[in-house]
Amino acid sequence: MSKMKGLVTRLRQESVWISLLSIVIGLIIGAIVMLVSGYDPLLAYQSLVEKIVGNSYDFGETLRAVVPLIMTGLAVAVAFRAGLFNIGVEGQIVMGSIGALLVGHFVSLPPVIHGIVAMIVGTLVGGLWGMLVAWLKTSRGINEVISCIMLNWCALYISHIVIRTLMEESGTGRSKLIQESASIQLDSLSAWMDGARIHWGFAIAIIAVIGYSFFMNKTKWGYEIRAVGSNRHAAHYAGMKVNSTVLRAFFISGMLGGMVGTFEVLGVFKYVAIAPATSGLGFDGIAVALLGMNTAIGIFFSAILFGALMYGAQGMSFGADVPGEVVRMIISIIIFFTAAPGLLRMFFKLRTRKGRKGANANGNDSVSS
Amino acid sequence: MEMIAFLLNGTFVFATALIFAALGGLITERTGVINLGLEGFMVSGAFTAGVVSYYAEQAGLGAASPWMGFLAAPIFTLLFAALHAVASVKFKANQVISGLVVNMLASSSTFFLVKLLFDGAAETPILNHVFNKVYIPILSDLPIVGEGLFRLYPVTYIALILAAIIYFIMFHTPLGLRMRAVGEHPGSADTAGVRVNRLRFLAVLAGGMVASLGGATVTLTANSSFAFHTISGQGYIALAAVIFGRWHPIGALGAAIFFGFAQALKDQMQIVEAAKFIPNEVFYLLPYVLTLVVLIFTSKRSSSPAALGEPYEPGKR
Repeated sequence: MSKMKGLVTRLRQESVWISLLSIVIGLIIGAIVMLVSGYDPLLAYQSLVEKIVGNSYDFGETLRAVVPLIMTGLAVAVAFRAGLFNIGVEGQIVMGSIGALLVGHFVSLPPVIHGIVAMIVGTLVGGLWGMLVAWLKTSRGINEVISCIMLNWCALYISHIVIRTLMEESGTGRSKLIQESASIQLDSLSAWMDGARIHWGFAIAIIAVIGYSFFMNKTKWGYEIRAVGSNRHAAHYAGMKVNSTVLRAFFISGMLGGMVGTFEVLGVFKYVAIAPATSGLGFDGIAVALLGMNTAIGIFFSAILFGALMYGAQGMSFGADVPGEVVRMIISIIIFFTAAPGLLRMFFKLRTRKGRKGANANGNDSVSS
Repeated sequence: MEMIAFLLNGTFVFATALIFAALGGLITERTGVINLGLEGFMVSGAFTAGVVSYYAEQAGLGAASPWMGFLAAPIFTLLFAALHAVASVKFKANQVISGLVVNMLASSSTFFLVKLLFDGAAETPILNHVFNKVYIPILSDLPIVGEGLFRLYPVTYIALILAAIIYFIMFHTPLGLRMRAVGEHPGSADTAGVRVNRLRFLAVLAGGMVASLGGATVTLTANSSFAFHTISGQGYIALAAVIFGRWHPIGALGAAIFFGFAQALKDQMQIVEAAKFIPNEVFYLLPYVLTLVVLIFTSKRSSSPAALGEPYEPGKR
């Protein structure tokens, strides 16, 4: 047993290493791209950092950008752990925001309670939308990737229909505002941070990170999700109900996504826009979960990294005239190297092989190809 | 009557890009590699077409310039296809993630390049020369079908011919047999002497090149320029067409035409007086809901390549 544990920690350490190396390589390649394109990478990174922590407003807004990424990272990770891909977080966010918007706009409740009810409704709608994916998989055998893609678009257009027919603020391309009583913005903190939009979601995201860790590692349901994820046949043989575990995982995943939607409506924008495409936060969650290796602490830090980079990108284009797209390039390069660790190992191996001749030559997978 | 002709014409105009992308996806997926990168390949193709055609125009190539853009698209897209191939075939990365990375990298780097090349502009300059619809002699004068089927962009006919060629290669040549074998049971294919990972690698490259033509089509027919919203999700719809068409070239073709039809229907419905009280979004929603419904009724008899999504390890049986 202890031998197993040692192995696990060793692997963990190696993957931590690969993540860190990927980040460094991503930043270096980004700098090279900027240099080749005739920009000043040092100035660019400097203005990036200044935008992130330069003043209290920007710092608050950086945190605002980090919060949804923590949640979507966790959402993707829960499904990942069950061995499934949830690229439908996009749609679950939309459904959550619509649920919160409807309650926030049409229902009248006292402050605080109104916000809580709107959040719960949005979260549940997101969860059910996520569970739909799992139901299509378990009962009809539809691949979750494809149903997620379809349901993302369905969610988007359903939101358009709901807003257009029930509550369009005419001429603005968005819904009417929620009632003030449904706001979950923390006004005093926001004022203290010069108007950065701080809301309950900050605390909830922290709780969610701790809760995720506890749920996955210390509870029966979490154990079942991990068991199904690593070998569904073995899990079935051990008497676990694989299908209900999958449904449960997607429900939780969808709830986390839906909650992001409620944050954005109740805490940040106060309305839902009729946008031509979904937010992209769900896809970013995949990047976060991957770099964070599906662990609570990893997701927390990679969400901070990506959120800060994305928010800081504006500073880059403003301060150094570098197109903000560079940041997205850097993030995708980081994910590329994390997803294909063999690439880094190859470079690494080439270096070590000189020292210990042939020690690492085995396990090379290009033997017969 | 006239409406049917317009509907038919619109169907093929919208379907063309999806046909290319779906065929590209099909080539890759038939060898067992999931291709979520279609979106990125389309973006890259659309970008290349916009840029190369523009410079060709500046160089005075006139009506030939869209063809330069069209042909350049697959060449530039090789870069992104190679990334997907290296990560997912050579280094056995998760194929879904690898595809998503390609999408992210393709969109960010092409938008970056647009800003770099055109002084911070959000889109490539509007092209003066794009493809014109071809009137096929005699046939185009027929009632309804003349307007509907024989007054289309040249690329539409290329897409249809390509579908036939890919069908022929897939099911009537040794190469096609090998590709299908690699996707169904790579272990057996390896035993029979097929170099599994090499074939997969090449299939990813070929698929990316074909899919990029879809992106080029969008720029060179409907849009006349490349901007961040030029593709917006069509690659994912093309992937749905592959699955909807049950990984068969003719099926994928049919599915792409179906999605094109839904798109054309939406446009026509906006004109019809009787449909004014239905929100437009209902028609946007339709193809996705229909796809799901069809999948619900057919997916139990799934026909996906058996080894789809599984990296091939030579030692494993």
